[in-house]
Amino acid sequence: MIEDRVVRILEDIVGKDNVTTAKTDLITHSYDATQQKFLPEVVVHAENTEQVAKVVRRANEEKIPVLPRGAGSGFTGGTLPVEGGIVLVLTKMDKIIDIDTDNLTAVVEPGVVTANFQKAVEKVGLFYPPDPASQAYSTLGGNLAENAGGPRCVKYGVTKDYILGLEVVTPQGDIIKTGGQTMKNVVGYDLTRLFVGAEGTLGIITKIIFKLLPKPAAKKTMLVQFETIDGAAQSVSEIIRGKIIPTTLEFMDATTIDCVRKATGIDIPEACKAVLIIEVDGDPDVLEDQASRILKIIEPLGIVGTRVANTPEESEDIWKVRRSVSASLRKVNPNKFNEDIVVPRSKVPDMIRALEGISQRHGVPIVNFGHAGDGNIHVNVMVDLKIEGMDKKAHDAIEELFQAAVDLGGSLSGEHGIGIAKAPYLGMELDQAAIAYMQTIKKALDPNGILNPGKIFLEKQPNEVVGH
Amino acid sequence: MSKHKTLKDFEQQIRECVKCGACQANCPTYGSKRKEGAVARGKITLAASVLDGETKLEKELLQDMSMCMMCGSCVTVCPNKVPTDQIVGAMRRQITDEKGMSLIGKGVETVLGHPKLMKTLIKGGALASPLLFKKVPESSGLRLRFPTPIMNKRTIPPMAKKTLFDRFPEFIEGKPGMPTVGFFTGCSITYMYPEIGEKMVRVLKHMGFSIYMPHSQGCCGIPGLSSGAGKLVEKLAENNVKVFGERKVDHIVTACASCNGGIGEYYETMKADYDAFAHKVVDIQVFLQQQGLVEKLAALPKWDKRTRVTYHDPCHLRLQGITKEPRAVLKALPNIDFVEMEGAGKCCGLGGTFSVYHYDTSKDIGAKKIPGLKESGASHLATACPGCIMQLQDNINHAGLSVEACHILDFVNEALDDLKEGR
Ligand SMILES: Cc1cc2nc3c(=O)[nH]c(=O)nc-3n(C[C@H](O)[C@H](O)[C@H](O)COP(=O)(O)OP(=O)(O)OC[C@H]3O[C@@H](n4cnc5c(N)ncnc54)[C@H](O)[C@@H]3O)c2cc1C
Ligand code: SF4
Ligand code: SF4
Repeated sequence: MIEDRVVRILEDIVGKDNVTTAKTDLITHSYDATQQKFLPEVVVHAENTEQVAKVVRRANEEKIPVLPRGAGSGFTGGTLPVEGGIVLVLTKMDKIIDIDTDNLTAVVEPGVVTANFQKAVEKVGLFYPPDPASQAYSTLGGNLAENAGGPRCVKYGVTKDYILGLEVVTPQGDIIKTGGQTMKNVVGYDLTRLFVGAEGTLGIITKIIFKLLPKPAAKKTMLVQFETIDGAAQSVSEIIRGKIIPTTLEFMDATTIDCVRKATGIDIPEACKAVLIIEVDGDPDVLEDQASRILKIIEPLGIVGTRVANTPEESEDIWKVRRSVSASLRKVNPNKFNEDIVVPRSKVPDMIRALEGISQRHGVPIVNFGHAGDGNIHVNVMVDLKIEGMDKKAHDAIEELFQAAVDLGGSLSGEHGIGIAKAPYLGMELDQAAIAYMQTIKKALDPNGILNPGKIFLEKQPNEVVGH
Repeated sequence: MSKHKTLKDFEQQIRECVKCGACQANCPTYGSKRKEGAVARGKITLAASVLDGETKLEKELLQDMSMCMMCGSCVTVCPNKVPTDQIVGAMRRQITDEKGMSLIGKGVETVLGHPKLMKTLIKGGALASPLLFKKVPESSGLRLRFPTPIMNKRTIPPMAKKTLFDRFPEFIEGKPGMPTVGFFTGCSITYMYPEIGEKMVRVLKHMGFSIYMPHSQGCCGIPGLSSGAGKLVEKLAENNVKVFGERKVDHIVTACASCNGGIGEYYETMKADYDAFAHKVVDIQVFLQQQGLVEKLAALPKWDKRTRVTYHDPCHLRLQGITKEPRAVLKALPNIDFVEMEGAGKCCGLGGTFSVYHYDTSKDIGAKKIPGLKESGASHLATACPGCIMQLQDNINHAGLSVEACHILDFVNEALDDLKEGR
């Protein structure tokens, strides 16, 4: 247990109202979207960089773990206090400090909610593309730490592609600045990239400098129904091979469609076994041409029907279908293991076939949808954990599908990160030397292991890590 | 046995929270406090930990449970539709049951324990301390909303000199052969805004209906629910169902969204035979559409000088999915130009009795409506709930805007002269 003395020190730093050890507060900071539970010892809300720095400095001296926390919407347990310690909540640091319309950049605090930032920049004709499905509540700090992505990333790239610079509190409690406001910068190591995707294990991000784009003038959304999943998967590869990069290329398999049909009553014929939602954006006159080129490319691949949205409302209707997916999956089975593997885009058809095989071999339904356009497939192993042996079956299937993804030249996770959920599988993708390299960096920067301990790497010493 | 659902009754739904955090996007108290205990996910987790015996009803838990407007905004975005508003209600009742009522609550219960005393009070007998409440019955939710006269920062409209019940008899005869509708007035309209009630009577009469407005009807119970006064709400519900059963009415119309949610939605969830009553309850805006008045209004020639009006969705209508009908009325009216405002669906910050105990948070939540309102350029902010009107006007006053919060019925009443008499 953390000593009272330390709690007093924390209170001195951030103020009494921002420190709590009440049981109720510990309980409400013990979880994230993984639904696992680990109680912290104290919860601290920081209001500015100096407070973060002082808290971390003290924690380092006392060797107490510090867990940066945004909205707690992470899917891999990144913010869970697996070794106790201080949960450091950053949601009160939610100021948009500057939006620079001359240089198309913005400076924000890490607690700003993604969608609020998007709205603010769009008001002045600018555009921040990364759009995780959790954008209405996730924080930008959390997005950076997990290098979040979303449907629009096919064309626009992921969070890391929009970061020009950072202010970071190091594990020693120093405040450093990386990168800057300029589009180009090659002075010293690219530390900015080091912190993006580091899941809060190397430093706490306290300010972010973003690069922005002009807002596209228009967009066009289409929903295409296919006779076979293969046809849909092949369409993805063909469109890319045709040198067209749509804004989004989302796909849904037959089970997903079935769930959505049951949940929303939407009219999709039984003959349709897969759906692609394709969106293009840009100048209105280019859009028509792009859309018709796409339709021409995919025409021979077994299309049941096509719905093209002509108004923003119709486009919104199509997106509603996509957004209803996650919740409607419960119709298959009550428990869901949600993985977000990624494979090279040309390998999407192979991956889908592999998944069908794995589902049959293990006797567990696997429901697939997601960002096919960048090869990022949301794989949902749906089981009823009340049935004995199901847990093992699910995990066997997951291990096998990870292997299949890696064998195809892909990766375990495209968006959600490693945290604790995927740590056991790290060795499937990374070789010994690479893991050791990462751990050497971690050890050098955080010798006491106080920042978000117990994440990404299972073992503490590089030479103890064994691959699967 | 209590007629209310208990925490245990919600267990299944509590376990369905998947901790995704989506509720953060829509929760007004979280938006203001940025604290996990203020958001649905936090409260659901605490409810689960009470069920599991992991926590007791500690001080901090009471505080977190008090941080809720019971507005249901979280339910709208929740993938599993976990009814946090109702679960918080059940928690608060358990808290009052185990910990005892607050002083105000107790006062109300004592009065209710004496039917005779209550009757005199409901008739409008002078009462208790604050001058303001001379005519307001002790069982009224208004007393839970303004328990003390020391709310000096808040602008409250004065209580009307003549209540709605002083102005009209219980039964108002309509056109021959026309059915009778019940009018559930609610405390705010009866004692604070009787003009809204007058306009309602005029509109219903214009359509030819006879009106039954029992003077022995009481508070709907929403403020009581919000403060966990379970027994009080039971008595109020029993009385309201009884007095409206004394005459044959097909509809019971409300002009107050909270009352509508209370006597319509909430009574239906109670473990009692209130379904028939609850099914008759209808919001006036919906009723106007059903009865074809909206079409008639739409056919009228537009006025030359029109008022620019925007609309605020009261939570208790929005939650029931009643968002189109009020707008349909506004769009149809010849005397106004309706414009949408950004954040129309955001809570005003009143939240039953929330604003009493957390006035600053409530004000903070309300202030979030101001930018959208300003941008709309409207001179009037219409809504369908007197509680919202009071709160919105307070927000507007604090922001120094010259916008008037008002009821949709104000404009319907204004346009009524253009219509020919009869249905
Ligand atoms: C329904 C749902 C849908 C989702 N959809 C997507 C999706 O489409 N794409 C996607 O990429 N993700 C998605 N996610 C996952 C999640 O929302 C993202 O990972 C998001 O970036 C997490 O942000 P957060 O603010 O909730 O961070 P948290 O969960 O609070 O934290 C996540 C990690 O970031 C660290 N962290 C937080 N703030 C900081 C900081 N300032 N400095 C350093 N480290 C920090 C934490 O320690 C933790 O390791 C989804 C989640 C849910 C529940
Ligand atoms: S949105 Fe619903 S399921 Fe998600 S955390 Fe909130 S209450 Fe739980
Ligand atoms: S009912 Fe309203 S205030 Fe309460 S948790 Fe839900 S959104 Fe928040």
